[in-house]
Amino acid sequence: MKPGLDMQSIRVSSDPAVQYLLRLGDTCLILAQRLGEWCGHAPVLEEDIALTNMALDLLGQARAVLTRAGEIETRGHDEDQLAFLRDERDYLNLTLVELPNGDFAFTVLRNFAMASLLRLLWEQLAASSDTELGAIAGKAVKEARYHRQHAADWVVRLGDGTEESARRMQDALHRLWLYVPEFFEADAVDEYAASSGLGPRWADLRDAWLAETTAVFDKAKLQLPPEPKFRSEGKRGRHSEHMGYILADLQYLQRAYPGGVW
Amino acid sequence: MSSTLTPNPSPSGRGEQSEWPLWEVFVRSKAGLDHKHCGSLHATDPTMAIQLARDVYTRRQEGTSIWVVRSDQIVASDPGEKAMYFDPMEDKIYRHPTFYELPKSVEHI
Repeated sequence: MKPGLDMQSIRVSSDPAVQYLLRLGDTCLILAQRLGEWCGHAPVLEEDIALTNMALDLLGQARAVLTRAGEIETRGHDEDQLAFLRDERDYLNLTLVELPNGDFAFTVLRNFAMASLLRLLWEQLAASSDTELGAIAGKAVKEARYHRQHAADWVVRLGDGTEESARRMQDALHRLWLYVPEFFEADAVDEYAASSGLGPRWADLRDAWLAETTAVFDKAKLQLPPEPKFRSEGKRGRHSEHMGYILADLQYLQRAYPGGVW
Repeated sequence: MSSTLTPNPSPSGRGEQSEWPLWEVFVRSKAGLDHKHCGSLHATDPTMAIQLARDVYTRRQEGTSIWVVRSDQIVASDPGEKAMYFDPMEDKIYRHPTFYELPKSVEHI
């Protein structure tokens, strides 16, 4: 291979099946990257290990889904090329997962929101018309169930904890809430996935997600913020200002040493 | 004697507890085997202790079941009494059932 050739960014297919998988895979990938940043910084050693365990679970899910996306795309892109060589606009993760970790309250609240969503998704994806994706989902759902339980416990502990922890959780919920509508925005990609049996419309998960998260927020004595007017659009490739910095971290090595392996 | 439950004086002088209680973790590696002590961790309550034990001690498929016990609930023999407690047994090999002639047909003893 000519030096520098594979440093160039790859473009991905606009095939809705590929886009549907990239939304899922990228969401796992970027959240894994964020959680990895806690390594060595969590409030206690035990939670440090728990957060990085979750990061590794998410990374494993991202690898499997990106690999499958590459296979369906049939342009010969593997998981590494998809993870490291796309431009920002071609990443289709939810905006929420690219936001900085903030404090521990925001971290656990985001984990809870995401694990609740991913658990619902994986449960439905287990019955996907794509048997490969179904198998990935069958394994991932067990991980997501644990992530959800672990995060929900923290949400209740901190929300219904001290004055300071309650204030931080409530602030975190206000911040997080701005990015929730994006989860459930309907579009042609979801429509295709539903009609082909690849997976559910994310919009169809909204009621179940709201019911189970608000039950935990109630228990945590957190007040639900009003429905925001703002709409984030990470799923369509339009990201916040934080995304470029993550990609710089994530991609540096592959761009500097193309094809470099462990 | 564990010191984790006694309030540690904080710099602010409020005497707040600065460390979570210590728990001992026991993991059973597979059905039919005993739970074995594998270490300890800090957690605020039983639920958190079980979850963190899962994250800290079973990440490499070590377990199928976890027990946790508050460290301060374990009563231990006094190391100072070790000689009095255990040394007298040193010369009493007749307490081992090794002096019986076993019929050949008896296996697995």
